[in-house]
Amino acid sequence: MTEFLQQLINGLADGSVLALIALGYTMVYGILRFINFAHGDVFMLGAFAGYYLAPLVANDLHVKLPSIGGALLVFVIVMTLCAGIGIFIERLAYRPLRKRPKLTVLITAIGVSLFLEYTGQFVFGAAPKKFPELLPAQPLPSIAGLSLNTNQLVILGTTLLLLGALRFIVMNTRMGRAMRAVSYNPEAAALMGVNTDVVISFTFGLGSALAAAAGLLYSMTYPSIDPLMGIFPGLKAFVAAVLGGIGNLPGAALGGFIIGITETLVSGYLSSTYRDAIAFAVLILILLFKPSGLLGKKVVEKV
Amino acid sequence: MSFRHAKTTLLGVLVLCALASAATSHLNPYAYWLNVAYSIGINIILAVSLNLINGHTGQFSLGHAGFMAVGAYTAAIITNHVGTVSPLVANLLFPGALLAGGLAAALAGLLVGLPTLRLRGDYLAIVTLGFGEIIRVVLQNMDAVGGSRGYSVTHFWTNTFWAFGLAAVTIYVIGALVNSTYGRGFIAVHDDEIAAEAMGINTTKYKVTAFVVGAFFAGIAGGLFAHSTLYLTPTGFGFMQSIAFVVMVILGGMGNTAGVVLAAILLTLLPEGLRFLAAVHIPGLAAERPLAWIADTRMIIYSLLLILLMLARPQGLFGAKGLRARK
Repeated sequence: MTEFLQQLINGLADGSVLALIALGYTMVYGILRFINFAHGDVFMLGAFAGYYLAPLVANDLHVKLPSIGGALLVFVIVMTLCAGIGIFIERLAYRPLRKRPKLTVLITAIGVSLFLEYTGQFVFGAAPKKFPELLPAQPLPSIAGLSLNTNQLVILGTTLLLLGALRFIVMNTRMGRAMRAVSYNPEAAALMGVNTDVVISFTFGLGSALAAAAGLLYSMTYPSIDPLMGIFPGLKAFVAAVLGGIGNLPGAALGGFIIGITETLVSGYLSSTYRDAIAFAVLILILLFKPSGLLGKKVVEKV
Repeated sequence: MSFRHAKTTLLGVLVLCALASAATSHLNPYAYWLNVAYSIGINIILAVSLNLINGHTGQFSLGHAGFMAVGAYTAAIITNHVGTVSPLVANLLFPGALLAGGLAAALAGLLVGLPTLRLRGDYLAIVTLGFGEIIRVVLQNMDAVGGSRGYSVTHFWTNTFWAFGLAAVTIYVIGALVNSTYGRGFIAVHDDEIAAEAMGINTTKYKVTAFVVGAFFAGIAGGLFAHSTLYLTPTGFGFMQSIAFVVMVILGGMGNTAGVVLAAILLTLLPEGLRFLAAVHIPGLAAERPLAWIADTRMIIYSLLLILLMLARPQGLFGAKGLRARK
């Protein structure tokens, strides 16, 4: 039982990272109806931004690292930076294709993803780098034989905080209402005076900021970072988004946690070498019975 | 494309391939350019078979490398049981092994095709990608074929005849299938699935057929690949590889067989060409290899070209369905 709970806790930490990435996928899908394949690479850029920023913050700004204040500063700068990158990518690569078939945009997104990965290998180097310590990870007193450390709590806490913030933005702000309107019907929203271009840029920025935060949180647990690190978390997060019903925000978060926990449980109890296949197996099983995902609405195609 | 002379053309091409094979048989089979030539044949098979699924039938498969892996491993397991044999016996056994690989891949195609009937578009894409990844992970865990350490193939049996002959057969069979009365169904599914269904076309059957036939040829290509590289690793069949095949189909123009063949040739030669450029010495320049930077940036160039192509010519270099429209 203790072991099961322990696995569950580890799974929650992994799942929250996936949930944060999945939200970006699902938001973009909800509004533009296309898979932003490059999203996993923004996650990677977030990790690298943190890697290069941490020494700057520590040495030039004289903020102590690892510390709570320093970590907060790194998070804010990296998230802002990656939001900018997300908006920039959308503006340059996707906006000119807005009216084109979805497949064209999908291939472009794959192109952007490859571009970021290979440019990353060229600029950062292909060899893995050690991510600096942002927060001192301390083991907490064990409760009922469970070992916990502060990093796991920080990851879970930050994720819940960001999920809450996202929910507030989407449900309670003007921009959020505009996002929902565009996702419901872009043409009608535009006719009602919603500036769809701004809304789409904002969505990309928001999603990329979440991915960047996920990149930092992920690197705090797995401190070896490399330019291809975004591929698998990106794929699994996309699977999580589809699992929860793509376009549905709570669904994406739920999917992320389900995949994270299942993965940890399977690698803990069955075989760790099958880990990478779990997400897809779960996806296929669920889609067999519910093709629109767990929380997704069934879309009736009209002729 | 008129298929009236297709059979004659196919026979002619096969004879040519046999002649070319005889002419190159005395060469070192490990020669670099010969292997590039084999890759061209293999990639043509993969691109043309994927074109049946993604182009003609309008589905979106991102798992073609998985089918290729199934064929490659199946064929290699079979031929690894064979000792040293004369070239004649090898040329008799090889097609059997390739066929077995193709059938195994077709079975995998059936497994993927059946559950994906209910899925469309992006959902289908991600599920086929998932199947491809599952195949890779399963291979990584199969100790009998070396797991993630990789699997050595004993026989170098791929030659010009099999690589290009089978490429020609693939083009012929898929062309004949799509151009037949039966094959109109694929195009109907592509053009408008709902309308096709309303006209009484069994869209389910056509989609599964596309997957099974496409996977069959991908499996054959896998067998050819196994017997020319002689070393298989599960990671070599990841989704990046599947994406490379999708890019060939997109670049050539969805459903445009001639375009896809050209794209497969072009995209096989492009990395080799860039590698060659990176090593070239230009007389009169101070640097030993002035274009060496290409070696480090060739994948960046590739991805940029892909983005620019989609921005400038989304219908592919040679236009979607260009040749078929010109009946």
